[in-house]
This record gives sequence, structure tokens and C-alpha cells, in this order.
Amino acid sequence: MCGIAGYYGAGLHPREAGTLLTAMSAAIAHRGPDEAGIHVDGDVGLAHRRLAIIGLADGQQPMATADGRLCITYNGEVFNYLELRQDLESRGHRFRTESDTEVILHLYRDLGPDCVEKLNGDFAFAIHDTHNERLFLARDRMGVRPLFYTWHRGRFYFASEIKALLTVPGIDARLDPLALDQIFTLWAPIPPRTAFQGICELPPAHRMTVDNGTAQIQRYWDLDFSDIHHDHSEDRMKEETRALLEDATRIRLRADVQVGTYLSGGLDSSIIAALAKRMAPAGLSSFAVTFADPAFDESGFQNEMVDALGTIHHTVDCDADEIATVFPQVIRHTELPILRTGPAPLYQLSSLVRSKGIKAVLSGEGADEVFAGYDIFKEACIRRFCAGQPRSQLRPHLFRRIYPYLANLKRQTPDYLAAYFGITTDHLDDPLYSHRPRLRSTAGAKLFFSKAIKKELGDYSAADDLVSSLPEAFHGWHPLHQAQYLETRFLLPGYILSSQGDRMAMAHGIETRFPFLDHRLVEQAARVPANTKLRGLREKHLLREAMRASLPERIAERPKQPYRAPEANAFTANTHDCVEAAFGKTSLEETGVFDVEKSARLYKKSRLSNFTGFRDNAAFVGILSTQIWSQQFARQFRRTDETLAVRV
Amino acid sequence: MPQQINAEIRAFIVENFLFGDESEAPADDASLIESDIVDSTGILEMVSFLEEHFSVEVADPEIVPENFDTIARLTAFVAGKNKAKAAAGT
Repeated sequence: MCGIAGYYGAGLHPREAGTLLTAMSAAIAHRGPDEAGIHVDGDVGLAHRRLAIIGLADGQQPMATADGRLCITYNGEVFNYLELRQDLESRGHRFRTESDTEVILHLYRDLGPDCVEKLNGDFAFAIHDTHNERLFLARDRMGVRPLFYTWHRGRFYFASEIKALLTVPGIDARLDPLALDQIFTLWAPIPPRTAFQGICELPPAHRMTVDNGTAQIQRYWDLDFSDIHHDHSEDRMKEETRALLEDATRIRLRADVQVGTYLSGGLDSSIIAALAKRMAPAGLSSFAVTFADPAFDESGFQNEMVDALGTIHHTVDCDADEIATVFPQVIRHTELPILRTGPAPLYQLSSLVRSKGIKAVLSGEGADEVFAGYDIFKEACIRRFCAGQPRSQLRPHLFRRIYPYLANLKRQTPDYLAAYFGITTDHLDDPLYSHRPRLRSTAGAKLFFSKAIKKELGDYSAADDLVSSLPEAFHGWHPLHQAQYLETRFLLPGYILSSQGDRMAMAHGIETRFPFLDHRLVEQAARVPANTKLRGLREKHLLREAMRASLPERIAERPKQPYRAPEANAFTANTHDCVEAAFGKTSLEETGVFDVEKSARLYKKSRLSNFTGFRDNAAFVGILSTQIWSQQFARQFRRTDETLAVRV
Repeated sequence: MPQQINAEIRAFIVENFLFGDESEAPADDASLIESDIVDSTGILEMVSFLEEHFSVEVADPEIVPENFDTIARLTAFVAGKNKAKAAAGT
């Protein structure tokens, strides 16, 4: 796992190119603390920071082919590289290294851009093809690894993280108001948009060719719920699921260093830990976050799994104060305003992993999207059920059943529950039906936008933008599959895998691997009928039944507990400099994004009131993170720009 | 009297849910839920406000949209409570 950066465009002196690439690389040094390399060839420059996991001795990058035609800078892992290599060797290819990097080069030589379709893994890479004088870039199907790019003065720049692009003189960090609106509605920008005006991300499952000053971008894979296997027995589907998950885990244990595992105590990470322990019986290390507050803590379940598996278990205790303390560093790495504090404990967790000498960990992330585990799927199901009898006084009680951890719902009458969850017979064919209540309550935080931002946004609708990006086939899918698609295609890469996954782990040079996001498993799960995933209100039915034998009964039957962390109250119980600075009048006026008076009142309410609901929490964390984002990037990189010697 | 109750409830909503933004204040008969002004936490905040500010007791079964979903209904609810208190001589 690594960090990559580079450019394509004429007019750079080799010495300037070296200085530029070194600066870009230094900005993402945390992604690859083991080695660094740069490569300049004509109009193309490539930089690489290496976290050595496969081919420790000979996997240095940028890596060129023996004839010098191709050169790659690559972030990620191709987990099926051994099978691909065997196939390539049988067709006459000769390898000089033991790395998966070289496998991509050989595949590209044979297949060109179609090489990505053979890769099973998490990757973002750029290949300079001197034969065609083009730069080819690609990103993995699920969006595990990031890849950002921009054009500046006719030159193309790319990098694993935006902070590398901001070292390029003249590229400024400016907040994109539309991206902010998307974050304050959908939790993440819609790709290719990022929080930074003029800087794009290559969306997941896309490839890109840059030549002659232009870029062509193409999607090479998508989730498809059209081909449903109605004729398969549940036993057959369980068998397929088990076999694919076992293989996905097996190939994700491939490494020349020790691979550990996260173990939250929930169903998903417990399944992965159980499989990993069976496949790598000697000394599996597991890692978990614990909370002093029992409302968030899962250590009882974690310990049960540790006892059952015999892993070498490590925990990091995360309290509210620590969340506030590390939050500015978290935003430095998310490069994105966020509405939740969830990334902060994971930042602490990856620090723990690093301190124990482990570089790569397995994670259960992705199971909720792929096998329908989220409460929002059940909520949509209940809303449809209630809409069938809108006057029912009994049906709305089901909302309490799926949100037992929301104390506020306990005192609500059925009428209010129906009102909160938007029970109506209208809009049942709305493409965003499953997500409307969440979008509405999140968007409430936009109340705090300044007049200037509101004026700039006009009547822009992030939700409409999202709808317009949906594929035609979406409208014919089962409602659960529509909801799964929205989660998997947007929130998963835009927030979960980036802000809670890659960016928090790579802040400490840790590679996370996600067996549930193996595309073979994702495709299989998309083909099975909706009711095998969500059976009544039982989430992840197929997965539970497929993996039951690997788990203690209490874990196999455990209902979903959403991953949560203390929100606004983490920042207001004690005084923290970052909070004081963010909500200060001068700071708010300087940024200009939020209404000064309203923000001050929110801060006061958060400190004094016992009532901080979803909207107020989201607004508090959103304002704080946006303000920190501005301080971290907009100001700092203006200074960096002035002090950099390189001019292009 | 109901006019004063109405004004105090309105002031509370503007202060606590709209953070001082008078321009977003709802009409007397506008649904507070459909306007996205109160959520499930907000309604409990409202109950707490009524109990403390107007010295009324709110039973759980009374927390229904018929009593709580508009400023007009809230006003009528508190006025009714006050009337009942006065009648009981408390």
C-alpha cells in the first residue's frame, strides 16, 4: 500500500520536475514510510511512496518494464496476482521481481486499458506508455484506494491525496460550495466532485487515458441487480457465499509481512477474524476500539470472540476528549468536511496497529452494504409497510424495534413516529425513497450556511444531482436493491472507505483489506433475491446462515449495532482550542461559510443543553470540520505556495 | 393570555430550533415536523420547555401531533392546561 503522484505535460526542466515530484511525494509520505522514488521521462513525471508488503526486496517503484516502454506508479494490492502471473508466464512473459506491481505491467502490455478487468484487488495506478505517449490511470471497482487529479496551466496532475496536488505552485485550496451542499445532504460529494474547487477524483471502477492535453474517462464496471437467481436454493446460495468469502479472505492474507485483523465484536469482523484464524493459525493479531461510555462500547462481544479464536488482542480506549484532541489531524487526512466523528476512533486504532508492528489488517467493512445490514434498509421496509395502512397505530411501533438505541423514540407516539419517518402513500416510486428521511434530517444542518453561500447555491439540489447520476436500470430494481446501490455506490466510497477507511489507516501507514468487497462476492450478493438478504426485519440473513458454523451463537445472532462515537458532546464537555477557534467570530467571518450568529448559538446550545439531536450534532461537527478544513488547507497552502521554489 | 403563550412558544422555537433566524419562523398552522424544524429530540426539548416555562405537566400520551405539531396547537394545549389548573384551583 502506498502513495502515488505525478504529472503529464510539457515544459518542465528535469531539475524542476525533480523538485516538484519530491514535494508532491513528501506531502503523502505517511502513506509510504518505507521507500520513495521518482521517475521523469520526457513530459511525464511519476512519484511513489512505498509501504512494502509484497515483494519486499524488489518491489521498488516507479517500476519500468525491461525495455523501458512502460513505467508504473501504483497504490494498492492485486490479490489474485499469483494466478495472473502464472497465466502470464504460461504465455511467455518473464518476470524480474516477485511483486504484484510487475504483474500489472505485463497485463497492460497484453491487454492495454482492459487489463483492469482481470484485477481482483484494491488499486489506483498510473502507467506511462511511451509507445503511445499516453498516461493510463485506473481505480478499483469499489473505490477502496483514492485517486485525485486536476489540470493546471495545461498540465495534468494526479495523486493519492489532494494535499500532494496542493504542493503544485498555483493550485489553490478553495472550497467548492456545491460539494459542501452535497456533504451537508448526502454526507459526501458526488464524484468526480471533491471539496476542493477544480480538483476531481477518478470515480471508483473508472479508467482514464490522458494524451495530447485531453483526458478520456470510462466506467469499466458497475453494480448490477438485474440478473436475479430466483431458481437457486438457499442452500446453494449459502454455499456460494461461504466459498467466495473464504477465497476472498484467503487471497487477502497474501503478504510478505504479518496481516492482522480488526475485531469490533460485530458479525462482520467476527466472520473475517474467524476465517483468518483458520487460514493463518499461527499468531493472528486482532485490534479493536473500546469506549468508556457503554452506549458505544462493544468490548464484551470482542472478548467473547477473542476467547473463541485465541487471537492476540489489542485495544485502544477512546474517550470523548481524545476524539476532540485528534479531530484536527483527522480532518487533515479526510481532506473533507464531515458530519460525524466516526473516523476519529479509527484514526486512533490504526495508530495502535502501527505501534504493534503490523502493516496490513483485514476489516469487515462492506458487509452491511453487500448483504443488507444497515438499519436504513429495514427502515425503508417498515415505511412501505406503514404506508399500506397509514392510519395504523400498531405498525409505527416497528421503528422502535430497529432503533432500540435511540432513547428519544421510546416516548414518541405512533403518530409522531409515522410523521418523523415520512409515512405517506405518495413517493413510493421516488428513486431516493429509502434515503429521504436521512437526507432531510441531514440537510437540516444547512440552516447554518451563510447568506453568501445560500445565494451561491441558489436552488441547487444535491438530491436531484444524485438522481440524475443513477443508471437507467436502477428504476426497475427491487426497492432493497435500489437502497443497496445508493449506499454502495455513493456513501461507501465517498465516506466509509475514504474517511473511515483508507485515509484513517494510511495516516499511520496501515493497509486495510476488505474481503466483503471482493467483486466476485459483491456480484454474487447482487444476484440473490432481496428476501434472502433482508428476511423480514432480520438483516444479513444469507450471510448469517452461510457463516453460522464459524461463530459463537451469540455473535451469529447478534443484531446490527451501528458503529457510533460521541458527537458534539465530545467537544463541549471540556475546552478545546480547535473548537474555540472554529466557532470564534473572527474565524467564522473569515471563512464566510456559516452564519456567525446562528453558529454561536449552536455552540452555546451544545455546551449547555441536554438536547442535541441528529441535526444539531451533524451541524456542529459539520461546522467544526469545515472550519478546520479551511484552516488546514486554504490558509496553510497559500503560505506553502509562496515559499515553494518551484515555478511552473 | 393565549397571545402571550403563542409569543413565548414562537420565541422558543426561533431561539432553539432556528438559532435566532426569524425569517425561517413557521406560520401558526405550519407543521413543525414537515418543515423539518423539530425532530424526535426536538419534540422532547419542547416538552421540557413547556413543563419548565409554563409549569405544566405533560403526560406521554399527550405527546401527539394534535397537541404539538404547530404553534397554534401548542398554544391551545398550554392554554388548556392552564385553564384546567385554574379550574382545579392549583
